Amino acid sequence: MSKPKSNKKPAIFFVAKEREPLFSKKNRGLLKDPLDDNNPITVQVLGICSALAITVQLKPAVVMTLSVIAVMAASNVIVSLLRNAIPNRIRIIVQLVVVASMVILVDQVLRAYAYDVSKQLSIFIGLIITNCIVMGRLEAFALGNGVWKSFLDGVGNAAGYGFMLILVAFFRELFGSGKLYGYQVIPDSIYEMGYENNGLMLLSPMALITLGIIIWVQRARNRKLIEKN
Amino acid sequence: MNRDSNGYTFGFAAAMVLVVASVLAFTASSLKDLQAENVRKEKMQNILSTIGIETDREGAEKLFNDYIVEQLALRNDGSVDETVDAFSDIELAREVKKDAETQRFPIYVASVDEATYYIIPLYGAGLWNAIWGYIALDEDRNTIKGAVFDHQGETAGLGAEITQQWFMDRFVGEKIFDMSGDLVGIRVSKTNNDPNDIDKDDHEVDAISGATITGDGVSDMIIERLQHYLSYLKATPADLAYNN
Repeated sequence: MSKPKSNKKPAIFFVAKEREPLFSKKNRGLLKDPLDDNNPITVQVLGICSALAITVQLKPAVVMTLSVIAVMAASNVIVSLLRNAIPNRIRIIVQLVVVASMVILVDQVLRAYAYDVSKQLSIFIGLIITNCIVMGRLEAFALGNGVWKSFLDGVGNAAGYGFMLILVAFFRELFGSGKLYGYQVIPDSIYEMGYENNGLMLLSPMALITLGIIIWVQRARNRKLIEKN
Repeated sequence: MNRDSNGYTFGFAAAMVLVVASVLAFTASSLKDLQAENVRKEKMQNILSTIGIETDREGAEKLFNDYIVEQLALRNDGSVDETVDAFSDIELAREVKKDAETQRFPIYVASVDEATYYIIPLYGAGLWNAIWGYIALDEDRNTIKGAVFDHQGETAGLGAEITQQWFMDRFVGEKIFDMSGDLVGIRVSKTNNDPNDIDKDDHEVDAISGATITGDGVSDMIIERLQHYLSYLKATPADLAYNN
């Protein structure tokens, strides 16, 4: 598990002099940055563990993305609402309780109203609690920022996380089982010519390697991420 | 108010626990009936699919009542315990932990277009967690009509493939007794040299690569569960009439 960068509360406090538009440039940045420049997985290096575990196929990756978006948006909002009441010494425990109860709530509702989806997710839903991104964003952002900004930050980071998840799952399912979203995409004729699925793609080490390649490509493309010296 | 005082910290923690506990308890108990209903219907759906009747969850209950003619709770000696309802009283996950004498073994008898099938629930261990399923036997109580498997937490793409139709279809037509009438079950085998499962007399189906332990779990579960039904499966129709 990676620790948030700093234990201090973030120094940025937004003092509202005049009403900021809902989608001001800064707010759009909160939503957009995590998709590339500040991606939770490839740049902040949070949530790697679950990125390895659930990227064998596209479908669980997509469902996981949606659940993480729901959980992160909700828990960011709740912690942001409570940010002036949470005692500093037990703030991590409070965040954990908020996240855990959100996850249980999502799980219970899915089990009652969307039983098939909840079966698909089974253990993955529980894994959201251990996802460092959720706690990381609560600690680094929601504790020091307003409700609307925290909501955007939650959605943005969850989407950035999900984007990477889906990207890795795309390559692993394509090369590992010749399918996408459960449908066969590599035609039988190619198999007859001697092509074989790469079983290694289904195992976790290849997820790490795929992720490594994605980080490499991203760093080569995005000038902001190129480290000086 | 001093947010760093011990009193405030304890107070906040206590209030938080109370609020969270009551919200979760309220949600869980108000959704309980809906959830139990889903689980019950899914069980019916699974039982039906072993005898080739596919249905959605909504239609499961009616079809179940139409096709399942008997639901028996057997003792280890093959006699029927009338006091136990096979469908709702027996939860296999708990039942398998009892010893064989106090366990009751559920079996469902289905009648579809004049044909009779015997459906036996299975429960065992995979790699990470429990696996379970249902296996339906033909009228000869030997040939497999169909099988359904499910799991709690096997690896997606590997062990979890046991729930795929192509894997479950491999069991169809296999026999659980060998020529001399001994129970051998069905082995999920890596060495049967029969990748398309054409040989239906070898008591083996082809294993899934990368899912050795889950596959062994399936083999063990089948033989472990079936052995308790021996006296029922081997009984002649006349014996059954006597026992009933």
